[in-house]
Amino acid sequence: MASTARIAKPKLTRAQWQKLKWGLIFISPWLLGFIFLTLYPMTASLYYSFTDYDVLRPPEWIGFKNYTTFLTEDNLALTAIYNTLFYAAFAVPLGILVAVTLALLLNAKVKGLAFFRSVFFIPSIVPVVASAVLWVWLFSTRSGLINLGLEAIGLPKVAWLSDPAWTKPALIIMSLWGVGGSVVIYLAGLQDIPQSLYEAAMIDGANTWQQIRNITIPLLTPQIFFQLVLGLIGAFQVFVQAFILGSIGGGALGMGNEAGPANSLLFYSLYLYFNAFRFFRMGYASAMAWMLFIITLMSTLIVLRSSRRWVHYGGM
Amino acid sequence: MNRVLDPKPRSALVFTRNSLYRVPHYISRIALYGSLVFLSFIFLVPLFWMVTSALKTQSQLFLWPPVWIPDPPQWQNFYEALTLFPFTTYISNTLYIAIPCVLGSTLSSSFAAYGFSRIDWPGRDKMFAIVLSTLLLPFAVTMIPLYLVWINVGLIGIETPLRGFGPLIIPSLLGGGAFNIFLCRQFFMTIPNELSEAARMDGCSEFRIYWQVIMPLAKPVLATISLFTFLGVWSDFLGPLIYLNSIDQFTVSIGLRQFQFEHGARYDYMMAASTVTTLPILVLFFFAQRTFIQGIALTGIKS
Repeated sequence: MASTARIAKPKLTRAQWQKLKWGLIFISPWLLGFIFLTLYPMTASLYYSFTDYDVLRPPEWIGFKNYTTFLTEDNLALTAIYNTLFYAAFAVPLGILVAVTLALLLNAKVKGLAFFRSVFFIPSIVPVVASAVLWVWLFSTRSGLINLGLEAIGLPKVAWLSDPAWTKPALIIMSLWGVGGSVVIYLAGLQDIPQSLYEAAMIDGANTWQQIRNITIPLLTPQIFFQLVLGLIGAFQVFVQAFILGSIGGGALGMGNEAGPANSLLFYSLYLYFNAFRFFRMGYASAMAWMLFIITLMSTLIVLRSSRRWVHYGGM
Repeated sequence: MNRVLDPKPRSALVFTRNSLYRVPHYISRIALYGSLVFLSFIFLVPLFWMVTSALKTQSQLFLWPPVWIPDPPQWQNFYEALTLFPFTTYISNTLYIAIPCVLGSTLSSSFAAYGFSRIDWPGRDKMFAIVLSTLLLPFAVTMIPLYLVWINVGLIGIETPLRGFGPLIIPSLLGGGAFNIFLCRQFFMTIPNELSEAARMDGCSEFRIYWQVIMPLAKPVLATISLFTFLGVWSDFLGPLIYLNSIDQFTVSIGLRQFQFEHGARYDYMMAASTVTTLPILVLFFFAQRTFIQGIALTGIKS
């Protein structure tokens, strides 16, 4: 410690020291928070993840047992991983598709843009519990609006929230209702695309579809990339919607369970929460949390790596 | 060529563009507005259904064809739902958390952002990389030890200081969230450095530059942060679920979940309670529409 200070010191002039001091003063509240609310809890949870810990007795070191149990012996873990991947695999790409389509429609120089934009945006700010409760009613088997609509066009009713095959599609449909935030982001991106590119394309005789395909979409890839990363992180942590929608069909884990019929809405975060705060398996839940962190990091890294191939920066 | 480069006849160019469409112009326009109206309908119907269901009698709820506008509207559903759903308690609890959170996170995130953008100190950008990397950290990783920390410092439970809301308030005073720092820093970096330099020449301390030069210019981003912090507290579920253990402490979101737990079969009451929970956010949206839209767009700009 002392030696690094001795090496570092001669490099800094008086003015730089002054700046360092002020810089540290300004970031000190954040730094405090970082140390006590992030760094310490991270270290502690890493430690707990290698222990058997039920809060009442002190943690007992068991090595990698939590990790190996989760990955090889726990059937519910498999269910939770499957459900979460299923949700992410559909909700994220569909969300991008719907939001980009809506943004493209709005960008076509429509009258009443502000009105349409508000209409698409508002559902995304409805408090998530309220929207989940609302969708429970919309998905009601007997007389939910969606089934009434299906019946009206001659389709059979669907037991959205009590048939394990339909609970995840229901959740994905509900998530599409909340894409308004990304619509606004895409729209802002679209409006930044210089008109001159389209003018040049038109001189070359490109039609609307060719313009969208070769100008609009490539130049929107930075926004799509950003939403893809955020969307994946969010999908891996989906919790509230499952918690509310899942409490309808009756779960299998026990009384008052929120995991949906046949655990079809048992998502990773939900199972983690149950382990931590219902079963008090704090060590096990911590190991789950670290695996989630690693998966999040890895998928972000993979998307980042791939982005070099499909994300276009600049071109302005 | 000169005409193309001239910015003025742009509208004329738009016209030539339209004439290049394969389909006649008016047909594509009709299709465009048709799909927009149809999609708007799909996006609005759930909200409309929420309000209208709240105003129906029990039997009207299950009628086919659906009753779109109940006559007479059952306003007493709201009254009855609110006697079962202690909304005023929930609102005052939510505000008890939201007000310090909004003030705290605007102040502390802008304060940190100042240190990360307006002062050039060695190691700054490496430190900021740490701020950004915390965005990738799932709450689940820190959740358990944090819970134990708050228990050990005696801030969980209604009889503790801050009525047990400390765990939901204090983080906003300490940095106010990595994303808010990021937003603020992005904004601060667009302010010309000459302004700070001039103030330093005049002998202003960094505190004064922060408070009297930078903060007044940063109102748009501060408004965005306040708004989204408020929205975040109003909608937060997991935090209150873990930290609040008495119904008297519940916020609107967790209170609504409690209501579902107790009266989930009464869809009229459920929809009344959901409407009441959503309404303040909608009102806020109508008053601060620009801040909302610009704020969201702002979050997507840097990518």
